[in-house]
Amino acid sequence: MIAELGHLSLWVALVLGLALMVLPMLGAWRGIATLQLLGRPLTWMLALCLTVALLALAWAFYVHDYTIEYVANNSNSALPLRYRLSAIWGGHEGSLLLWVWMLSVWGAAVALFTRSVPRPMVARVLSVMGFVSVGFLLFMLLTSNPFDRALPWPPMDGADLNPLLQDPGLIIHPPMLYMGYVGFSVAFAFAIGGLLTGNLDPTWARWARPWTTVAWCFLTLGIALGSWWAYYELGWGGWWFWDPVENASFMPWLAGTALIHSLAVTEKRGLFRPWTALLAIVAFTLSLLGTFLVRSGVLTSVHAFATDPARGAFVLGFLVVTAGGALTLFAFRAPVLKAGSGFRLLSRESFLMVNNLVLLTAAFVVLLGTLFPLVGEAMGMKISVRSPYFNAFFVPLTLVLMLAMVPGMMSRWGAQQARPLLRRLVWVVPAALIGGIWGSRLPGPTPWPGTLGLILALYVVLAHVDDVVRRVSASSAGALRGLVQLPRGYKGMVLAHCGLALTVSGVVLVTNHEVERDMRLAPGGSVEMAGYEFTFEDLKSVEGPNYSALQGEFRVTRDGRKVAHMQPQKRTYDASGRVMTEAAIDAGLLRDLYVSLGEPLQAGQTVGAWAVRIYYKPGVRWIWLGALVMAIGGAVALSDKRYRRPADPGETA
Amino acid sequence: MNRGTLWRFVPVLILLALALLFFWALNRPGRDEVPSGRTGESIPAFELPTLNGDGVRTEAIFDNHWTLLNVWGSWCPTCYVEHPYLMKLADRGVRIVGLNYKDEKPKAQAYLEDGGDPYGVTLVDKDGDYGLDLGVYGAPETWVINPEGVVKLRHAGELNREVWQRKIAPVWKGDSPYE
Repeated sequence: MIAELGHLSLWVALVLGLALMVLPMLGAWRGIATLQLLGRPLTWMLALCLTVALLALAWAFYVHDYTIEYVANNSNSALPLRYRLSAIWGGHEGSLLLWVWMLSVWGAAVALFTRSVPRPMVARVLSVMGFVSVGFLLFMLLTSNPFDRALPWPPMDGADLNPLLQDPGLIIHPPMLYMGYVGFSVAFAFAIGGLLTGNLDPTWARWARPWTTVAWCFLTLGIALGSWWAYYELGWGGWWFWDPVENASFMPWLAGTALIHSLAVTEKRGLFRPWTALLAIVAFTLSLLGTFLVRSGVLTSVHAFATDPARGAFVLGFLVVTAGGALTLFAFRAPVLKAGSGFRLLSRESFLMVNNLVLLTAAFVVLLGTLFPLVGEAMGMKISVRSPYFNAFFVPLTLVLMLAMVPGMMSRWGAQQARPLLRRLVWVVPAALIGGIWGSRLPGPTPWPGTLGLILALYVVLAHVDDVVRRVSASSAGALRGLVQLPRGYKGMVLAHCGLALTVSGVVLVTNHEVERDMRLAPGGSVEMAGYEFTFEDLKSVEGPNYSALQGEFRVTRDGRKVAHMQPQKRTYDASGRVMTEAAIDAGLLRDLYVSLGEPLQAGQTVGAWAVRIYYKPGVRWIWLGALVMAIGGAVALSDKRYRRPADPGETA
Repeated sequence: MNRGTLWRFVPVLILLALALLFFWALNRPGRDEVPSGRTGESIPAFELPTLNGDGVRTEAIFDNHWTLLNVWGSWCPTCYVEHPYLMKLADRGVRIVGLNYKDEKPKAQAYLEDGGDPYGVTLVDKDGDYGLDLGVYGAPETWVINPEGVVKLRHAGELNREVWQRKIAPVWKGDSPYE
């Protein structure tokens, strides 16, 4: 019965969504206040219905209701509760429900926190979000209903959640990504609202900005979690594969990062208006495109969720209607560009324009790389695109991005004089050059693109530190108070920029200086690698709750001092007899050490020498740590009090 | 519309071009079956080394058995997803030959050490040359080969129980894993 309640809620949600997409929009168009006012209650009811549906599915997993096909396919009576609940989004149908539920919650939040926004605008925004909900609800109800019953012969037990997904990292990875994807719908809705109003008044940028930042923070964390999971679970130390599904999440991130910057220009200076609206549409379109690529199986082979052509056709149709409609609206309503609109060549606006061009080019490069195989096939050629293509573009693009970041951050809006800017760079550039070159020699010779990356990362950090020091010493308060009193938006920017520098440094270090070695080693033997001495002390038998294992005892020393004790295992699971290798990772701020047991060299002889894999990964943690710092920067910027203050009309800051 | 505003139609045109490409891709013949040319034909000849280094094999390994040819790589996330299912099939007597595609040997070996080895034989196609002969889109891909070495079906993407029953079972005349 509970499942039927969930199913019914979905249909009620669809009706509410239809009403939401039509009535307030009509009200805004015709100027009927009553209809406009319907937007908020409809949004709240929609969110309520979807919450009921999500809880119903959670309940079905909780009580092991295997009469529901989705539950039977993704759960099992022995599955622990936390994985049973995360199995809600472990498959196609359930992850769609999570998607649309999050959309409704975002909608409810928009309805709640837009008291200061004019009523017709709120009506339009909520209607656009209602339209997106309707699309996904239809998709779910027509092709992928999570509440379908496996009657008349339900299975006795479930087929179990894929073991690979039974991992804490993967419990939160998909919701984070979806929060990001879905969150860009808010900026999209505001852009459409602005275009419909006609003049794209820059105030829409002010309203859309905090929502975009929230979405961006979630997406940043989601991508980083996915990369981290791949590293420890399946990557053999790899952290990014340029897999089409990774690319699908990376493209909206690149466009979203560009959007955050151009929203700042539009909000503060009223410039780039059509461009910002376009970016808001593009960021959400890329989110939908990502969904399409993952769901349709159009790019065969990758994470393929479901290769049902009907599903692919539906998402494609929805993508064309949503993005095509929005872009057509843009083509007709975007304000005319005025030549020489209000800023000099040397100004913050120019540097932000560089930022936007670089990030959008990067998104385009990823899009092309992802679609090349398809295009090639359409022309009768077989093309495979691997990492050299992406690296060839991403290395220079990242370098240009960081190069422009510093003068952009230091420059004034409108016009900046060259001389003061140069004077500020006069110590930063040489210091970064010396520090970067010196730093890049520490772990061994680094090829020049890597060295350049380190120099630029240092240049970004030093310049920001310099800027903070200047601002603090210019304020009349003391050093500490001055630091605290800096605007949160500014502090957030500094953090996010330094986060990027950290990530880039990590990438440079790990790609240029990692050591991966496979060797034979018997208990008592030892090996020296990257300055560490690994001693294989002993091999023990240990018993786990549902497995027995052989456990290697490795002592790791550096210059005679003990650094780590590592215990890689070779587990045999009692129930399935499956053998699993549990690598030992000693994580450190500067490097990760990774030891795993291969096979005994003489089959069956566990006492002799073993094949042992030892990796040394310098700086690999910085990649995710940098992403975390970026996301924290976003969160700090969000807490800026100007977002909490009710808007006062006519204010532009 | 003057020339200054025409650029505003560029985004929607790009979108339409993409949509056309996707529409074609969704409906292309043999999106997850072999292009009609290959079904019913013999599998292209090969001479490939094995992953465990015990020599080379030719297309003769397909003789006299119903076989699945599974294209995989340790770089391929979906391969990890379908791997437990392959193990299950192998346990139930389905003969699976692996084609380790564009991979590095130590990583491929580690992959099989960790997840188990469902393949009787794993052929190594390091540079993807044989994959090109065969017309592989990517990994994972599963080909059904009959005892005469003739391709009966190709499935691109994850292999699971549902795919087995919907697509493979109708052409598979070897021992069934579900009886």
